[in-house]
Amino acid sequence: MATSNLAKAPAPETQYAARVFDLAKVPLRELNQALHDVTDGSNETAWEVLNPKGNHAVAVGIDAAINVDVHGSVGYYCAGMNQKANVTVHGSVGPGVAENMMSGAVIVKGDASQYAGATGRGGLLVIEGNASSRCGISMKGINIVVRGNVGHMSAFMAQSGNLVVLGDAGDALGDSIYEARLFVRGSVKSLGADCIEKEMRPEHIEILKDLLERAGMTDAKPEEFKRYGSARTLYNFNIDNADAY
Amino acid sequence: MCGIVGLFLKDKSLEPQLGAMLSEMMVLLTDRGPDSAGIAIYGSSAEGQGKLTIQSPAPKRDFAGLDAELSKKIGAPVAMTVKSTHAVFVMPADKLEAAREAIAELRPAARVMGMGEAIEIYKEVGLPEKVAERFEVSKMSGTHGIGHTRMATESAVTTMGAHPFSTGPDQCLVHNGSLSNHNNVRRELRREGMTFETENDTEVAAAYLSHKIAGGMDLGQALESSLSDLDGFFTFVVGTKNGFGVVRDPIACKPAVMAETDRYVAFGSEYRALANLPGIEQARVWEPEPSTVYFWEH
Repeated sequence: MATSNLAKAPAPETQYAARVFDLAKVPLRELNQALHDVTDGSNETAWEVLNPKGNHAVAVGIDAAINVDVHGSVGYYCAGMNQKANVTVHGSVGPGVAENMMSGAVIVKGDASQYAGATGRGGLLVIEGNASSRCGISMKGINIVVRGNVGHMSAFMAQSGNLVVLGDAGDALGDSIYEARLFVRGSVKSLGADCIEKEMRPEHIEILKDLLERAGMTDAKPEEFKRYGSARTLYNFNIDNADAY
Repeated sequence: MCGIVGLFLKDKSLEPQLGAMLSEMMVLLTDRGPDSAGIAIYGSSAEGQGKLTIQSPAPKRDFAGLDAELSKKIGAPVAMTVKSTHAVFVMPADKLEAAREAIAELRPAARVMGMGEAIEIYKEVGLPEKVAERFEVSKMSGTHGIGHTRMATESAVTTMGAHPFSTGPDQCLVHNGSLSNHNNVRRELRREGMTFETENDTEVAAAYLSHKIAGGMDLGQALESSLSDLDGFFTFVVGTKNGFGVVRDPIACKPAVMAETDRYVAFGSEYRALANLPGIEQARVWEPEPSTVYFWEH
């Protein structure tokens, strides 16, 4: 059962007053430095960020089990490289949210722009709106759950982890995919090279059930999804394809 | 990288603030394009009147007495407003073409930035904030406008290489991206009689659209056909007398965000540019789809 890469970090109990950073008054570097200074076991487990106004790199590089609530929409690379923390964005996110996430959870209440969760190695990314193109590109173990639709070239070269889409997927889903699992409830506009529909076996239903529960999307039933994955014909150099190079 | 902003007002009461809103949006995207900046503003002119914007590297020399000389040459009254390196001439709309030819003769160093019934174009090298200050953009009113901050890739950092590019009456284009077949398209358009001021890829896209429109297409059709004829990366925002259009290439890696309320439609390369607009929290905010033409008109 391949669920070992699922995020395990439970939301820490909050006992102390939240630390509040108003980005209209405080420079972004101050926020990120303060977040980097937090160590495991710290009492400062609740953080609030106000007025992000589309700024880039908000709450990037956290390495502690804390809760961060960002009130508003952010720009590029929000919560990139996240480890252990739960980051919730009460708004929409720009390109590259949770890029290269290692563990923890990132929850986006609005929409996400391009390449959400790109190269992510672990943790859970939940997008409650739609995600744009290249969602989960080169994902390497992250789990991504999108309530809406994903754009074209999603899960391009996806290596491992799970991409769950409750809505529709755009063109060229899973192009040149390796071993990531793709679950789509709605339509798929087209499949990319070497991506095929696969049988939904009981273990996949289990994985999906667990992910939907953790994403808080239990109104969707695992049986409503189709599974897509690699046909495994692009893995190795094939001498018959030599003319193509 | 480059930054694009666009603002199309639905609520007339915002019109006096168009320049202020648009220049703030543009300055917020300075780090996407600190090399140069430009702005096209569409404001109504009196019935039958038109505007012509020119730029000169030696404004003192070139603009002195030019209104009188131009008036004499075209046989019609001309009003001139000088703003730094640019001058805007207001005259009967049917005299614009004659004025363009006269300027080439009277002031060979001056360049026509754009002309039409509503358009004024200002662009220069330098930080967007300085460019906006120089032309007092924040004091301008209008119905819609487009701004651009440039980080140069395909041609040199010069005034003429800055955006917007205007190649037809009341038309202008700004671009984020780079075209890979611009030399070939430029050659084909030259053969069709189009002229070019620069080696810039965006000017080719602007001329391509103007050529299609001159051939009978509407802007929507011209943008559709650009999707098959122009190769490369692009998010285009195009202005016309009555509105503006947006199109992204099929790969759509150049960012674009739009917002719409009852009062305006706004475009930004990033949400940052839109974050201070009135009522943005309640606006419908979305990313334009690839290979899809969007258009708003008054």
